[in-house]
Amino acid sequence: MDHSSSLEKILRSVAITLVLVFFLFPIAWIFLMSLQTNETILSIPPSLAFTPIIDNYTALITGQLRTAAGSLQLNFMQNMFNSVLLSVCSVALSLVLGVPAAYAFARFKFRLGEDIAFTLLSFRFAPALLVLLPLSLYFKTLGLTNTYIGLIWVYQLICLPLILWIVRGYFEDISPDIEHAYRIAGNSWWRTFTRISIPLAKPGIAAAGLLAFIFAWNNFVFALILASADKQPVTVGALAFVTASGIQYGQIAAAIIISITPTLALALYAQRYLVEGLSMGAVKG
Amino acid sequence: MAELNITRVDKIYHSRKGDVHAVKALDLAVKPGEIVALLGSSGCGKTSTLRMIAGFEEVSNGSITLGGKAIHTLPPAARGVAMAFEAYSLYPPLTIGENMSFALKSSRLPQAEQEKRVKDMAEMLEIADILNKYPSSVSGGQQQRASLGRALVRDAGLYLLDEPMGQLEPQLRAVLRGRIKHYLREHNCTTILVTHDQTEANALADRIAVMEGGILQQYATPAELKARPANLFTGTFIGEPPMNVFAADVSSAADRVSFTVEGGTTLSYPASDMSDALRQRLAQTPRISLGIRPHALHLGDGPVRGKVMACQWLGDQTHVAVDVAGRTVVSASQERVSRATGSDVSLNVAARDLHLFDHASGNAIAHGGTLA
Repeated sequence: MDHSSSLEKILRSVAITLVLVFFLFPIAWIFLMSLQTNETILSIPPSLAFTPIIDNYTALITGQLRTAAGSLQLNFMQNMFNSVLLSVCSVALSLVLGVPAAYAFARFKFRLGEDIAFTLLSFRFAPALLVLLPLSLYFKTLGLTNTYIGLIWVYQLICLPLILWIVRGYFEDISPDIEHAYRIAGNSWWRTFTRISIPLAKPGIAAAGLLAFIFAWNNFVFALILASADKQPVTVGALAFVTASGIQYGQIAAAIIISITPTLALALYAQRYLVEGLSMGAVKG
Repeated sequence: MAELNITRVDKIYHSRKGDVHAVKALDLAVKPGEIVALLGSSGCGKTSTLRMIAGFEEVSNGSITLGGKAIHTLPPAARGVAMAFEAYSLYPPLTIGENMSFALKSSRLPQAEQEKRVKDMAEMLEIADILNKYPSSVSGGQQQRASLGRALVRDAGLYLLDEPMGQLEPQLRAVLRGRIKHYLREHNCTTILVTHDQTEANALADRIAVMEGGILQQYATPAELKARPANLFTGTFIGEPPMNVFAADVSSAADRVSFTVEGGTTLSYPASDMSDALRQRLAQTPRISLGIRPHALHLGDGPVRGKVMACQWLGDQTHVAVDVAGRTVVSASQERVSRATGSDVSLNVAARDLHLFDHASGNAIAHGGTLA
């Protein structure tokens, strides 16, 4: 950086500021909205001078939405719980299934191996609605409609291919000889997999897990069709804010802030591993 | 310290593009405490052989026994084999010292003994100063020595070293070769070394197995390989600079045997220089391949005439490239020789330095006047 002129430094700062404003402005705006009543939000011209209120948050947490037309039951916290449960379980199941599968695809050549891997990836190509129509019929027959298990199963369509393909790439980058060196020193295949391969692919597994979590969290259409109120995640639950007496912008904003918090926290936590993975730089041995 | 026997081993790689027969019917016996080098160019099957012994590749046919026990069906962990990898393959999250002591963890040696071994090994390999560093922060040569050390500190029945010194600086390489050979001898280690560097093979190995195209060409001591190559491949592969080879017509008279090479040059020797059996054989073989090592092709009065193309003094020997009837022939001399480019020279070679090979098959017929 020493060789760059002061003009370059200024331009760089300006560019970074522009990018930050571009990406952070909507979030900041929503945060401000979440602290206002519907009236101040809709006032023209909009003003930054308002008395912050926390009513929107208390309404969401207590489940009582008071509108001009009267009080309304909200189960936002139930939606929130559903989102956490569905995303965490889906990603966990995907990791349990996907990481060993990714290892197998990376290390072993077997009949139809590439075809199977591609088929799993192709789940991501299919339009969700096209899959959902026959799936909802099957789910009715199997009694899986409106169950967590059914939803977690369907969420594998989102998480599993993602984890499989990202982690596979990381495993392929690890020299097989590092594993060989460990095995020849008297360790079993399983021990080598858990002690050498997984730790070395950890940054990749963290990145893939994080991405899968975000995709699962943001999913809307699967839960919309396959689940009813008590099993719906926040993405579907947000529809409840469109009430007979109008759209509750303040509560929507507060709901958004609450619902991005877990993903944000997870991203900040996993970032450590991502940075560690990039700076290690010696995975290839 | 165990005896290794490889019997009729094949390695066939199956792929969509077709099968690749990487190792063909290999027979190799290594005595306890013996150091054997697998020498050959890339793709000759030497690394496949090593990986089959280690257990990273399955044996397609045949068997491998170590100390009388069949090991080719065992998992790598159960074979009692130590290996140094060409690509080092150190564990990135561990320091150099931890990498080396790691393999000793599963042994039941006392902690103090483990530490001493690692320390001694690190001193021998001159990496004692980097034991606390991580693999990514040291040079390729240091990583390679750490990888070698990790294999050698172990107590194993067999040590497999895959190009163990390819990344080292030449000065260090010569010193370490000596130390490693001394160590292997002292600990009576049965060792297989894979290399494409014949200097390394000659310096370290008791016997060298020369491989080409998946086939074992010759398995002999370094001296024997040089003096009595089994075929044209070994003849030209072993020796620096490589052997000069000519197609030659044989004519036998009562008291002389003559070889007429391409371009019309005739090398003629008294029949007494050749054994009776060889003369009988040559009488039935009108066309042969004639091999002459550069160090046996002497500048001076002789039947081979040509023009000097280049004269190179390498500090310890001179290489003279000579154009003989359109072919480039190399003569090497231990002395410092200077000849002007374009000047006429003649070269001679003694009958005892001739290597005769069958022209069609390339198999050796005779070395130095006696049948191979």
